[in-house]
Amino acid sequence: MNKLETLKAGAALATMTLLAGPAAAEALFWSTQAKPVEETQAMREQVLAGFEGGVDYQGMDEGPWLTRIQAEMQAGSGTIAVLGGLHGDLSGLGEGLMDLSAIDTSVIGDAMLELGRLGTDQQLYVPWMQATYLMAANREALQYLPEGADLNALTYDQLIAWAAAVHEATGERRFGFPAGPQGLRHRFFQGFLLPAYTGSTVTEFRSEAAVEAWGVFAELWSHTTPASTNYSFMQEPLLTGDVWIAFDHVARLADAFNQRPDDFVAFPAPAGPEGRAYMPVLAGLAVMNTAPDAEQSMALVNYMLQPETQIATLRATNFFPVMPVDMPDDMPASVQAFAPAIATMTGASDALPALLPMGLGELGGQFSQIYTDTFEQIILAGRPVEATLDAQAEVLRALMVQANAPCWAPDEPSDGPCPVN
Amino acid sequence: MPRALPYLLLLPATLFLVVFFLYPFVNVAWDSVTRGGEMTLANYQRMASHWKFPTAFWNTLLLAGIVVPIQLAMALTMASIVTKLQKGRSTLLYIFAIPLGISDLAAGLIWLAIFEQSGFLNSMLYGLGVIERPILFLSYQNTWVILLAIVLAEVWRATAIMMVILVAGMGLIPKEYGEAAEVFGASRWQRFTRVTLPMLKPSLQTALILRVILAFEVFAVVVALGGTQFPVLMSETYQWQFTMQDRGVAAAYAMVILGISVAFTLVILRLLHVPKEARI
Repeated sequence: MNKLETLKAGAALATMTLLAGPAAAEALFWSTQAKPVEETQAMREQVLAGFEGGVDYQGMDEGPWLTRIQAEMQAGSGTIAVLGGLHGDLSGLGEGLMDLSAIDTSVIGDAMLELGRLGTDQQLYVPWMQATYLMAANREALQYLPEGADLNALTYDQLIAWAAAVHEATGERRFGFPAGPQGLRHRFFQGFLLPAYTGSTVTEFRSEAAVEAWGVFAELWSHTTPASTNYSFMQEPLLTGDVWIAFDHVARLADAFNQRPDDFVAFPAPAGPEGRAYMPVLAGLAVMNTAPDAEQSMALVNYMLQPETQIATLRATNFFPVMPVDMPDDMPASVQAFAPAIATMTGASDALPALLPMGLGELGGQFSQIYTDTFEQIILAGRPVEATLDAQAEVLRALMVQANAPCWAPDEPSDGPCPVN
Repeated sequence: MPRALPYLLLLPATLFLVVFFLYPFVNVAWDSVTRGGEMTLANYQRMASHWKFPTAFWNTLLLAGIVVPIQLAMALTMASIVTKLQKGRSTLLYIFAIPLGISDLAAGLIWLAIFEQSGFLNSMLYGLGVIERPILFLSYQNTWVILLAIVLAEVWRATAIMMVILVAGMGLIPKEYGEAAEVFGASRWQRFTRVTLPMLKPSLQTALILRVILAFEVFAVVVALGGTQFPVLMSETYQWQFTMQDRGVAAAYAMVILGISVAFTLVILRLLHVPKEARI
């Protein structure tokens, strides 16, 4: 049965036909998370196997994920039991989602629950799991750390000096950056580099501080391996030794730490003049109004929030629990390495959280593309910084107006669409 | 009713085409000229003003311009050899056609495994002592290597399609023409250019149209080998539809691909036109 359903879903996707299959007894968990096949399998076998009645877990790319949701919303009936997605994936679906206030969320932090209300007084999604991005380094690189630099409180200037020292000593560019097609390069610009220099993701997009930030990145790029444009997951080049210092999402660094725990260290993102900007990543669970069996859906959401399920999810996906749980001692090496680094970064006195884009709905992809385009034009194609920023700022402004999206942290709250100066 | 029978038999296929081809096609065409329910050319403007559009457009034409002539020459050679063979003809045909059985994405991945930094080519060169450390072939700094890899993968993968059509076409040419030319002292090359090629025009037409259209739709091989470093029209269409969630601009790209496909089809039809009375 399970196999048949999987085949069916695969065929449906491949042909882009969106005809809903016959109602199945298994609850369909339609998610943008845990897409890599090992993670999907771990979700099915270790996390969801305990749910009564069975769960058909499907991890999808955002595009096909959203297409099916829109089709079910338009049709007014559907087969998806529970949606899983990042805050940004879910924030555009507001009206199609059911109020989940009935679910016990007392152990989850208020700030996260507030995000799940999407600006309404209903709990439109409940936090599911969280993660962020970190820096990782091969221990071999530590000897080249510039004098006086504290690994847990680096600045961008120190990072560049470090990468330059490694470059000089080994004759190779060994900083690594996930600039491949599936890499999360845009998140680095949105949540780390630009906020650290401008204190903003959107409003100060073409300020002088932003020009400075891109100058800083260009300098870092001169010590970055050119193979970076092929990297999607930094754990692979870290393991092969091609890269000694890297930035990536924790889930995309974990393998390196799990395979060779003694060889790598994790540490917080560097700080710029405006602070140590970092991007917290929050995934949530939601139920659509068109869910075939609301009771079953609620039960599944509840099941996902049990401490044991949260720990199993952590093992399967490397996303951390959204509530305090007692960590077993046998947790993977990556968790043991990341937990203190995340705590140091989020607890730093100069910490500056920069949220994932909000309120953009299906324009989220175009929003990120602006940052990717800017990177490709300035850094890869070598176009002049100011002219590129001016041109892209126009695209960004038009997009914010089209989405009518107010600013999100760290930008100042706005009444209308988030302004671009 | 024997008169209506052919039409009745054609009905299912016709219905299938109308539902799964004509209807989506009209939808896409409509999507490309509307935005928010209004008729507009904004989608085309947005497409043309995006900084990657000219690169994607010329890359697609360049790729087709390199790949198709190479494939044509190779397919003609292979087809001539196969036709002349007395023994082992079908074995050779099967071997030539093996890459046809592999999906284009898989073909791209095979060549990626060769050209990657940790790929076969680097391992071999390293093993032979030619290089001291692996070379990064597929880098944004030298797109021409990416182009070369894509050309190799495409030639390897899709030449057999043309060859199969040409082998069938060569089989249709009556032997008498060649024999007559031989009697009058025509050389092998003369027989090929003066007899085989002109008689092969209808098959050449089919093979070229098929191949050129496929060349404009090239996607998986390019994405596997070049990522976003070598944009082509099809990869940009995918990008706009799924990453940027803008169906209108994606539809505009699709219409551009359709436009150049139709234009080139007409050119090929005209260049290789065979008058009715001259056909075999």
